[in-house]
Parts: sequence; structure tokens; C-alpha cells
Amino acid sequence: MGAQLIKGNEAVVKAALLAGCRGFYGYPITPASEITESAARYLPLVGGVFVQAESEVAAINMLYGGAAAGVRVMTASSGPGISLMQEGFSYLAGAELPCVVVDMMRGGPGLGSIGPEQADYFQIVKGGGHGSYRNLVLAPASVQELVDLTVLAFDLADRYRNPVVVLADGSVGQMMEPAAFPAPRPVPEPPPWAILGTAATRTNLVNSIHLDPDRLERHVRTLEAKYRRAEQREPRWDGWRTEDAEVVLVGYGMAGRVLRAAVEAARRRGIRAGLLRPLTLYPFPTAEIRRLAATVRAFGVVEMSTGQLIEDVRLALEGRRPVELHTRLGGNIPTTEEVLDFVAEKLAGAGAGLEVPAHA
Amino acid sequence: MPDLAVVHGRSPSFYAVFDRKEDGDPGQTHYCPGCGHGILTKLLAEAIDALGIQDRTVLVSPVGCSVFGYEYLDVGNIQAAHGRAPAVATAVKRSRPDSIVISYQGDGDLAAIGTAEIIHAANRGEAITVIFVNNAIYGMTGGQMAPTTLVGERSTTTPWGRDPTVHGYPIRVCELLATLEAPVHIERVGLGSNRQIMAAARAVRRAIDNQVRGLGFSVVEVLSPCPTIWGLDPVEAQTFVRDTMPRTFPLGILRDRTATAVPRPPLPSPPDPAELPGILGLDGATAGTTGGRAGGPRHAGADHRIVAAGFGGQGVQVLGEVLAEAGLSAGYHVAWLPSYGPQMRSGTSNCHVRLCGGAVDSPLVSRPTALVALNQPSLRAFLPRMEPGTLVLFNADAVPPDGLPRGLRIGAVPATAIADRLGSPRAANMVMLGALLEATGMLAPGVVEATLQRMVTDPAWRDLDLAALRAGQRAARRALPATCLHRTAILGAPGPPGPGPRPS
Amino acid sequence: MERTIDRGTVVIGIDECKGCGLCVQACPPRVLRLSAQLNRHGYHPAEYTGSGCTACGICYYVCPEPGGVTVFRREAA
Repeated sequence: MGAQLIKGNEAVVKAALLAGCRGFYGYPITPASEITESAARYLPLVGGVFVQAESEVAAINMLYGGAAAGVRVMTASSGPGISLMQEGFSYLAGAELPCVVVDMMRGGPGLGSIGPEQADYFQIVKGGGHGSYRNLVLAPASVQELVDLTVLAFDLADRYRNPVVVLADGSVGQMMEPAAFPAPRPVPEPPPWAILGTAATRTNLVNSIHLDPDRLERHVRTLEAKYRRAEQREPRWDGWRTEDAEVVLVGYGMAGRVLRAAVEAARRRGIRAGLLRPLTLYPFPTAEIRRLAATVRAFGVVEMSTGQLIEDVRLALEGRRPVELHTRLGGNIPTTEEVLDFVAEKLAGAGAGLEVPAHA
Repeated sequence: MPDLAVVHGRSPSFYAVFDRKEDGDPGQTHYCPGCGHGILTKLLAEAIDALGIQDRTVLVSPVGCSVFGYEYLDVGNIQAAHGRAPAVATAVKRSRPDSIVISYQGDGDLAAIGTAEIIHAANRGEAITVIFVNNAIYGMTGGQMAPTTLVGERSTTTPWGRDPTVHGYPIRVCELLATLEAPVHIERVGLGSNRQIMAAARAVRRAIDNQVRGLGFSVVEVLSPCPTIWGLDPVEAQTFVRDTMPRTFPLGILRDRTATAVPRPPLPSPPDPAELPGILGLDGATAGTTGGRAGGPRHAGADHRIVAAGFGGQGVQVLGEVLAEAGLSAGYHVAWLPSYGPQMRSGTSNCHVRLCGGAVDSPLVSRPTALVALNQPSLRAFLPRMEPGTLVLFNADAVPPDGLPRGLRIGAVPATAIADRLGSPRAANMVMLGALLEATGMLAPGVVEATLQRMVTDPAWRDLDLAALRAGQRAARRALPATCLHRTAILGAPGPPGPGPRPS
Repeated sequence: MERTIDRGTVVIGIDECKGCGLCVQACPPRVLRLSAQLNRHGYHPAEYTGSGCTACGICYYVCPEPGGVTVFRREAA
């Protein structure tokens, strides 16, 4: 098997179809429009359903309907559209319906810009809709990861009966890189709870309303237990040269990718740097960060937002180690050079007074 | 003794006991005495029975007093967000075309918060049935103004009555929808008298039968009493529906194209999964297939960081794509990032290409090793970030004499003029690519030619592009200063070793 | 005592009935009324006066409750 040079926004659709996705409902927005365009082209060829919705509000509710009908469904958008979808996220999570949403983040707030940012982190990772629910969130940094994590997203969505968001800054979708694709999977059998318009599924109910206080509490506890389970089983990350690191950079997506080059550059300058690049933003690799805190003096967070990811790093560290922040905004992507400066100025001496066991 | 036979009784499409109800008596609905919802739900059940579709029926009930449809009707039930039932129903019906999907909505739901969803579901001609309960008030939330509240009618949010100069006029949904081409059946009925109720029963049944027959979008608006909120007794409320509401909402059929409607064609049968790589154009790039191209170890240490820029239409993106494709064929790790976002905005089209010996750390080129500028504005835009030693190829007869930073290896290639002589100035991008190859030696020209053979399907353009590529190489040899042709000088620092990261 | 045999009869589901009175109003031969008694929900349920039902079924259609009214037709012996 070889690889094909392919644009991220096209690869995500092909990966989804290979994973058995047969429903796409979307509304165009830069920089995610090519996803909807690719879906329009390919869904009909594989016996799937494509609808260009009248809004993102409608699109996410079409996902709700398609998922209720037992189909692997997907949509894609960017900040302003994702904001409109928040109602649907809450209903999907409440009704325990699986779906995959791709958020190719752009600059905000408001209309912002079409350039890449990572400022939807709070909205997606912490939950932008109402009620006690979470999205499972995956963070690809390359076209290959976009492929692999999209496939994983469908599996996680089904496993947890919950929305899964593939969260990337817009540049990940815009760029072209070689990617290898998984073998096509047969379309999964509809789950037993789905509503197909058949005798066997007639008594099924897709619902998120529970007016009785005890019933709703039980339901939300069930969701809570599900999220605790995911927190145990699903954190994923890419660790790079952390074994002997005295400072560890944390970043995801495109920012995380730049950090890898910065780690190498820092080491050439004699700073023992390492990288922790979360592949799941929820559940967050909290345990891994705590593990690293035993041997790492200081952490540096690099993100294309004004300090959102850093909150999860700080929560994981519980004040044990200093955490410094470097951000770029407005569509600017951090460069290796500026991250190197950040490491040298803010991190190289940070945490010097803290007790850190010697590296084995 | 003569026998007694039931002629009208509880429909088997109702649950025998309403044990999905969370409070109140499981033997009754939650509807108030004299509520139109109760009557209408019954008409719906009777239609489902008559058409023999109980197993196939999927009821979508959004927010409002209609939300509890799932407590009563023994069919597939989906509860939906306020106003979104037509969107939900759209996807259910398209996903399961044999199901009979009924969207049951109130006036706040359909005519206020869900206006977009209903209009577009109707406009797409979704093969669903919509039952629209218009009681001119928000019932469940306690009596606020609805979009269909009558002029002068009091509500908790129009305490002095609906004033058109302040609140607008009641929306006539059927008339609105009747401006669309796709709906096959639009009808308004009432629950205000025996006669009206029997007409409503027929309309509901017909609207569902349309779907059974595979026709398009059907909607029945039902003028319905809400005695509790209206503050009338049930009989007075019924009389209000009969006598007063039709003055604003005339009863009747507004659209009937059922005789000429053509059923939507069924989805073609899906291909075997094994055919997907071919359909998706991924032959050779999916697991279990052979072919494709992969980066290899042949370029250890190489790190070419190219920015190509020009006017939109000069083929800058194609130049980059060809470079990346050919790089992949030649065993590089590659990335191509088109003009996108403000950090690359210069009023021009541009792209970033990286050809590396190892995994590409970032597709963004912050320090190019080479700039290919197809016009003067893009040369000016990118010059400030050029470091000494960077190769700059400029599409012109000569390098501009002023304002250039020192230490660049800059050369002019009259690409547009060369391409024009070959047949079209639009091939200037390939002339520049040829010059870049000649100057850097990063790729064997044969690899690029093979890439063009593969990518350019039009034979005339392919020949032109190939000729332009070769002409660019010749022009570079002939015209570029010697400093531009030191091939090894632009190899940068090695990238990080090893393959790119993959998720666990 | 002799009288004609009615075409039909009607049975009110007393514990479903909410006493709205729509059936009483709708009944063409006027053979329904609200009972003086209260049902267990505290409503005066509808009741059949005991004769004159034509089995037309209007009361069934105007009743908002699924099992509030059952109409029987007398079939030839």
C-alpha cells in the first residue's frame, strides 16, 4: 500500500466513507466547505445520503435524525457554524446518538477571519451546549491523522453513543499531504436502539426529555459514568523525547506539529525539551501530564487561542509545576523560531527551585 | 339478541397504557379537557390504522404540547428540538425511505423558531407528512404570543392584544408554503365542528397516504382549540375555531399536485465495499491495495521550503501541487499549503511547499529556501521575510533595480513571455517550475514530466506544460546568474528523523 | 313496554373522560350528557342517556381522549 497526496478536507470525507459513514448533512463555510463539496460528490456514489442543509442548525438536527435512523452520520463546519450547532450537540448527547462533527477552526470571535485558529477549544472540549454532557474530541495535526482519527471518531461515537468532534485548525484541512487509507469497512448493522420504521424497532424511542427529577438524575448519572469510562480508556497522545525532558511543550494540531521542530531546535541549543501532543482533547491525557510532572521542571503550552488548552494542563498539574503560555492568533501559526525563543526565555530557567527527581 | 360490534373505538396505534408518562394517570393523555391535540392525535392514529402502516411509522415530535406524542402513539418515536422536526424527519426519511415519517408540530415550533426548517424541507420536497397544529398561542409555556396569534388577541406577551403595528400580522403558513413548487399537498382544516373534524380526518389520512404512495411533501394545518389558555370552556373554544379563526386562516386545499407528482426515484443500490477505493479514487492508497507512492529515505537531510506566489489565475497553486506530487514520487516527505488565512495574504495567490528527507514538521513555510514570484507585488510582499542566501526566481525580463535586500540569490526568468511564445501565457507557471528545478536540482526533470503526464489530462495542455517546463530549464541555464545555480547551497538543516506521528 | 331498537350504543370510558362536554355538544341525536357524578379525577364524565344512539361516531371523533368513547353498532341478529 502506498500513499496519495490529498487535501485534508477531501481526505476526511474519504476516510469517513471507508469507515461506513453513509449520511452527510452540511452547510458551507470557509475553511470547511471542501468537506461538504467532497461529501456532495461521493456520498451518492456509495449509496449514502447527502443534503445541503439550510443552516448549521438544520444540519446538526439532520445528523440527529440520521443517527436515530441508525446510520453513521457526519457534518463539518467552522467556528460560526459550530456555534449554531451547539443546540444539536446537547440534544445528540442527551439522546445518546452517535455522530461525527469536523470543526475546521477559523479565527474568532464573531466573523473573525478564515485563517486558522484554535479558539473553539472551550466551546468543543468543555461543551458549548446546555446540560451536563461532553463531546469526545480528537485533534489531528496532519492529513494522515485526519484520516486515522476520523475513522476512530466513528468507532468512538458508536462505542459511547455520543457526538465525537474532530477538531483541527483550518490549515489542517487546507493542506495537501500524502495519506494512506484503511481498507473499506462494510456499513455496520443499525444498532438495536435505532428507529428504522420496522416492526422490530417500533417500540424504540429516541428522546432527551425526562421531567421526573429522579429519572433525569439517573439519566445524567448514566452519561456521567460513560464519560468516566472514556476518561479511563480513551486518552491518546503523541509523546516525543519526554523520557529525559526537563521542559515539556504541550500543543495540539498544527501548533503541536510546530512544537516537534521546536523540540529538536531547543535540544540543539542544549535545552532538554520534550513534546506532549494530545490526540484526544476530551478525554484529556491528564494522567500522562501528571506522570511527566514527576520528572519535568516546567511546561510550556503553545496554542492558537488566548489560553484555553492551558487550563486543562494546569488542572492536570494541580499547581505542581509552572506552566508558561505562548499564543498566536488571527490566523497566524506559531513558527519554530518563535517557539524556540519562548522556550529559551520563559522555560529554560522556569521551575529551577522545584524538587525534581533525577532522571533515571 | 342482536350483536354489538365496535365501529369506533380506541385505536390499536395507541399504547394500551401510557406508561411512558412520567406523571399523572397512565390511562389518560396529558392534554387539557377539550384540547385539539387529543382529537388530532386520534385522527392520526386512525389514519395509521386505515393505511396499515403502524410498523413503518416514525413520529417526530418537537417541543410544545406536541412533545409527548411518544407517550401515546405506538410507533417509532423521535423527540426533537424546538422547531427542528422537519430537519430530523428529512434525515430519517432519506436514511430509511420505506419508513413513513410524520412531523407533528405546533405553531410556535413550526411558524416561529422552525420557520427555516419547514420552508426548506417543503422546498426540497421531502417525502414526509407534516401535521401543523395551529392554536394561535404558545400552550406549553403558558400563553405567550404565537406567530399565528390573531390580531387583537390577548396573550401573556401581548397583554393589550396583538397590535399589527407592533407585533406584525399572523403568519399564514399554508399560503407561504404554497409559493413553493415542490409540495404536493397543502391543506388547512379545523377542529371547530363535526363537519370540520371529519374533513380534518380525511385530510390527515390523505397527507399520510401521499407518503405511502411515494409522493412528495404534504402538510396539513389544523386550526385547533386551546381552551385552557384561551380561557374559554371547551365548547366555546370549539366555536371560536369554527367561526373566528377561519377569518384569518381560510380553510381549504391550497395545493394538490398528487395526481401529477412523480415519486422520488429510489436510491441506487449501494456498491460492494470492495469497490470503494476505486470509487473514491484511492486505488493504491488503501490498506490491502497496491500501488500509490510513499516517501522514502532517498533524500536524508533535505529540507526544501518553497513559496510560490503570483496573481490569482497564474497557476501558482498548480505549480505547488505539481511540485508536491513529483516530490512524493521522488521519495520526499511532502506538504502543500495553499493561500489560506491572513499570514499568507498579500493580495496574491500563493502556496507553501515542503519537500523533506524526514517528516514535515510544519507545512507552513516561515523561512523559505526558495521564492518563486510570478509578479512584482508578490515579490515585494515576500521579500521582507527572505533571509540571505534564499533563492528568488522572478517572472520578468530583469530583476528590479531597487529595494532588494542584500544577499539574495535572485534571478529573472521571463516566464510569461516564454510561455506566450509557446502558445499561452498561462503556462508561465510551468516555465517557472522548470527554472526552479534547474536552479535547485531538487527533482529530476523526468519525475516532474511523469507527474505532468499523470495530472494533466488534456493532451494540448499537457504538451504545452511539458514544453514550458523544458523551456524554463533552458532559460534558467541561459539567463540566471551563477549564484542562483549553486544547487547544494539551498539545502537547509535536516528535519526531524523518522516517520510522522500516528495516533495510537 | 315496546320501543324501537337503537342502531347503536355508546360506552364512555369514565376514568378517561375529562368532562369537556364536546361529545355532548356534538351528538346529533342529543343522547349524551354530563353525569352528575364525579369520576376519580374529579370530572363530571359524559354518559349515555341510554337510548337513541345512531352509531354515527361523531362523539368518538370529537373526544380528545383515545379511549374516551367507544361506539357500537347493532348488527342484524
